[in-house]
Amino acid sequence: MILYLLAVLLAFTSGIPGLWLRRRGGEAAAVLMGLAALLGIVAALRVLLGGASWVVGLPALPMSATGGLAFDAIAAWFAIPVFLLSAGGALYAVGYWDERHGNVRLLRVVFGLAAGSLALLVAAAHVLTFILAWEGMAVSAFVLVMAEDRQPETRRAGWIYLISTHTGTLCLIAAFSLLMPFTGHGRLDLLPAGFASSSRGTLTFVLFLLAFGLKAGIMPLHFWLPPAHAAAPSHVSALMSGVLIKMGILGLIRLVSWVPDPPPWWGGLFLGLGALSGLLGVAFALGQHDLKRLLAYHSIENIGIILLGLGLGTLGKAAGHPVMMALGFGGALLHVLNHSLFKGLLFLSAGAVVRATGGRNMDRMGGLGRAMPWTSGAFLVGAWAIVGLPPLNGFISEWMIYLGAFRGFTLFRWPWTAGVVTALALIGALALACFAKAFGAVFLGEPRTPTAARALEAPLSLRVPMAVLALACAFIGLAPVLIAPALGRAVAVLGPGTAQTDLARLAHLSSLTAWATPMLLLAGLLWAWARPGKAPRDRPTWDCGYARPGARMQYTASSFAQGLVGGLRWILWPKVHGGRVQGLFPAGAQYGSHVPDPVLDRFADPLLRLVARGAALLRILQGGQLSVYLLYVLLTLLTLLIWMVA
Amino acid sequence: MPDALLTRILHLLMHLLTVVLLAPLIPGLITKVKARMAGRVGPPVFQLYYDLAKLARKQAVYSRTTTWVFLLGPVGTVAAMLAASLLVPFGHTPAPVAFEGDVILFAYLLGLSRFLTVLSALDTGSSFEGMGAAREVAFAALAEPALFLGFAALAKVSGSTSLTLMLGSLGVGSGAVTAPLILIIAGWSIVYLAENSRIPVDDPTTHLELTMIHEVMVLDHSGRPFALVLYGASLKLLVLSALLLDLMLPKAAHAWQDWARFFVGLGGLAGVVGLVESATARFQMTHVPRFLVAGILASAFAFLLLLV
Repeated sequence: MILYLLAVLLAFTSGIPGLWLRRRGGEAAAVLMGLAALLGIVAALRVLLGGASWVVGLPALPMSATGGLAFDAIAAWFAIPVFLLSAGGALYAVGYWDERHGNVRLLRVVFGLAAGSLALLVAAAHVLTFILAWEGMAVSAFVLVMAEDRQPETRRAGWIYLISTHTGTLCLIAAFSLLMPFTGHGRLDLLPAGFASSSRGTLTFVLFLLAFGLKAGIMPLHFWLPPAHAAAPSHVSALMSGVLIKMGILGLIRLVSWVPDPPPWWGGLFLGLGALSGLLGVAFALGQHDLKRLLAYHSIENIGIILLGLGLGTLGKAAGHPVMMALGFGGALLHVLNHSLFKGLLFLSAGAVVRATGGRNMDRMGGLGRAMPWTSGAFLVGAWAIVGLPPLNGFISEWMIYLGAFRGFTLFRWPWTAGVVTALALIGALALACFAKAFGAVFLGEPRTPTAARALEAPLSLRVPMAVLALACAFIGLAPVLIAPALGRAVAVLGPGTAQTDLARLAHLSSLTAWATPMLLLAGLLWAWARPGKAPRDRPTWDCGYARPGARMQYTASSFAQGLVGGLRWILWPKVHGGRVQGLFPAGAQYGSHVPDPVLDRFADPLLRLVARGAALLRILQGGQLSVYLLYVLLTLLTLLIWMVA
Repeated sequence: MPDALLTRILHLLMHLLTVVLLAPLIPGLITKVKARMAGRVGPPVFQLYYDLAKLARKQAVYSRTTTWVFLLGPVGTVAAMLAASLLVPFGHTPAPVAFEGDVILFAYLLGLSRFLTVLSALDTGSSFEGMGAAREVAFAALAEPALFLGFAALAKVSGSTSLTLMLGSLGVGSGAVTAPLILIIAGWSIVYLAENSRIPVDDPTTHLELTMIHEVMVLDHSGRPFALVLYGASLKLLVLSALLLDLMLPKAAHAWQDWARFFVGLGGLAGVVGLVESATARFQMTHVPRFLVAGILASAFAFLLLLV
C-alpha cells in the first residue's frame, strides 16, 4: 500500500525538480518516473500474484468516505501499463522534446501530473476520488495535447478534446448522482441486484456509456481522438492511446464489476459497438496519409476489439456461464494490456520517424529502414503484434476472444456470435493491409524526398523505451502461460464464479508456446540457409524493362490503399481534389485525396457552424451601448410588473 | 499401448513426409494437365524439384534497395506453412498437432505468410511489386470472412474448434449435413483458388507484370530465397488442398485406405484445378471481388442452414 502511494507521489512530482535544474531536468524526471514505475509495478505484481488487495479510507473527506482508494486485481492490472508507459514516455522525452518545440518544463510537470492522476484513477473506489482523478487526468492531458500550441491545428485539436472530455465528465457526474443513493456514502462497490434492470439503472448505464465511450473513443464518440493523437507530442500520444483512452474501458469494466446481474442487452450493445468501432476504425485508418492519425484510428479499432471481448464476458455474466466470462473478460483485459504495449511502441517509433523527417505524411517518407534499423525493427514488432499475428501478444488476446465467440454458438446457442468471429476476421485482414501500407511506405523502398534520405537513427533515450515495449510484446506472445494466473485474478474480480476455471488450460495457452518455439527455430534455420552472406548488393531493383525509374514512381501509401479505399467508398466517402488533365499537351496538374472523419468533419463541424451563425443573429441584441442595456432592464421590470399585477 | 503409439508415430512420419516431399509435386501435376489439355507435352511432373535443386545451388542477386525485410517473406512463408501443415488432418487421420482453437492459429498463420510476403515485396521499392502487394491484401480481406464463416459452420456441426475434430469426422454422405457441406466446399473452393493465385483470380504463368498478383510480388527474389518462395507456395497449395479434401473424402474402414484415398484425392484435385485453368480465362481485375463475395455468401448460407 505504502509502495503504491509512494509511487503515485513520485509520479506526481517527477517534473518538479526540473523546474529548478538548469540542465538534466529531463533525466531527473525520467529517473523519478522510473523509480515510480518500479515501485508501482512491484505493488501491482504483488496483488496480481496472489497478495491481498487493500483499501485506503479518506477520513478528511466530507462524506466520511470509507475506501477512497481500493487496489484490487483490476486496479493492479491497469496500473502496470500506466507506469510502464509513463516511465517510457519520461525517458523518451529526454531525447525527443526540447526548447524548439515548446515549453519543456511545463510539459514535464504536467506529464507527471497526468501519470499520477492515471495511477490514482485505476484505484479510485469512491465517487469523489474517481471524479477528481478523472478530471486531473483529463485536464492535464489537455495541457499535454496543447504542447505545440503555436500551430493552429494543435489548438483546434486541443479545444475539441477539452470540450468532448468535459461533456463526458458532465455525463459522469450525472451518472454518479443517480448512483449515489445505492452506494454506501459514495463508495463504489457492489450494487444491489435488480438495479441494472430498473429504469434508473438503464439511465445510469446510458450516461456511463456516454462518459466512458467518449473517453475510450468508441465510434461514433471517437471524433476527438484522431486530431488529438496526431497533434500531441509522440510520448504523449503513446500515453494517451496506451492508457488514457483505456480509462474509458476501465470505467465500463468497473461498471460491469459493480453490477451482479447485468442485463443481456448490455453485452449485446457492447458487441454491436465493438464491431462498429473495430470495422470503421480500421477502414478509416486505411484512408489516412498522416502516420499518427492512422495509428489513432487503429486505437479506435482496438477499443472495438476490447469491447467485443467485454461484450462476450458481460453476456456470460448475464447468463451465468463462467467459461464465457473467463474467455470474454480475459480476452478484453489482456487486449487492454497488449494494446497499450504495442500501440505505445508504435507511437514511440512513429515519433522517432517524425523527429527524423520533420513531418507526418507517409507519402513523403520511404526507405527509412536502412537509416533507422532500430526504429524500423521496433515499428515492425508493433505492427506484427497489432495485426494480431502469431507469435506476438496481439494474437493471444484476439485468440481468447475468438475462442469465446466460437463457444458462443457451439455450446450456448447464440448463433449471432458468429458475427463476432466474422467481424474479427475482417478487422484482422484489413489491419494487415493497413500496417503493410504503413510499414512499407515509411520504412521500405527508396526515400521519396531529400528529407527522408537524410534521416538519422533515433538517440538511445528513444530506443530504450521502444526496446522494452517490444520485448514485453514478445514475452506475452511467447509465454502467455506465465501471465495467465495474474489475468485470472483480474477476471475473477469481474466475474464471480470464474475463480475455479483455469484460464491457461481453458485457452490452451501452453499449446501456443509449445507450437511457437519450434516454428521460430525452423525459421532461424531457414534464415541461416538463405541469408545473403557475401552476395553483392550493387544491382537496382528489377524495373520490368523501364528505362529510368525514380523514387517517386514507387507505390505510395495512398496508392497501396487505393483499391480498398475505393471498394469502401460507400463508408469512407474519400474526397479527391484535382487530378484532371486537359488538352493534348497538358501542363502540370495536381492530385490529392483524403478521407475526412465521418463525425467531426462531416457532421459536427457543419452543425456547429450553423449554430454559430444562428448565434451571430443574437448579437444584434447585444450592441454594447449602455442606454440599450438600460432599456432592456426597464422593459424587463415593466414586464414583470405587468405579470405580477395581472 | 505400444501398438497405438506405433501407429501414431507411423502416421506422424507419413504426415511429415507427405508435407516435406510431396508438396512440390502438385504444381507439377497441374502444369502437366494444363499442357495436355492444350495439346502439348509440357514439362515433366517433377520439374519443380529440379528447379528447387538448381535454385539452391545458385547465387542470389539482391537489389541495393532491399534490407533484411526482403528475406522475411520467403523464410516466414515456409516456416508458417510448415507449422500450419501440422494442424491439418490429411484424409481422416488426425493431425500431428491438435488442440481446441487451432483453427484460428491456422488462419492466422496464412495471414502471417501473407503479411511477410507483402513486406518483402514492398522492400524492393518497385511499383510493380507494390501493385501486386496492394491487390493481394485487398483480395485477402474478402477471402478471410469466407474462410472464417466456413470454420464457424464446421464448428457448429462438430462442436469443436480444432481442425482435426472439425474436418476429421466429416465427409460428403456422412450424415444430415450434406447441403451445408456442399456450400462450404463451394465457398472454400473460391478461397482455394484465390489464396493460391490460380485462374480465374490470378494467373501464375502470365508474362505481363501489370496483371499479376502473387507472381509480381516475388519478381526480385532469386537463388535460395526464390527456392523458398516456390516451396512455400507449393506447401500452401498442399495445405489448402487437404482442407478441401477432408470435406469431400468419405471415411474408409482402414487407416491405410484413408491415406490412399487422400493421395488419389490430391491428384484428382490437381487435375480439376488444371481443367479449370484450361477451361476458363482469368477475370478482369475489378470482377475478382464479386467472385470472392460469392465465396462469403456460400459460407454464410452454410452457417445459416445449420441454424434451421
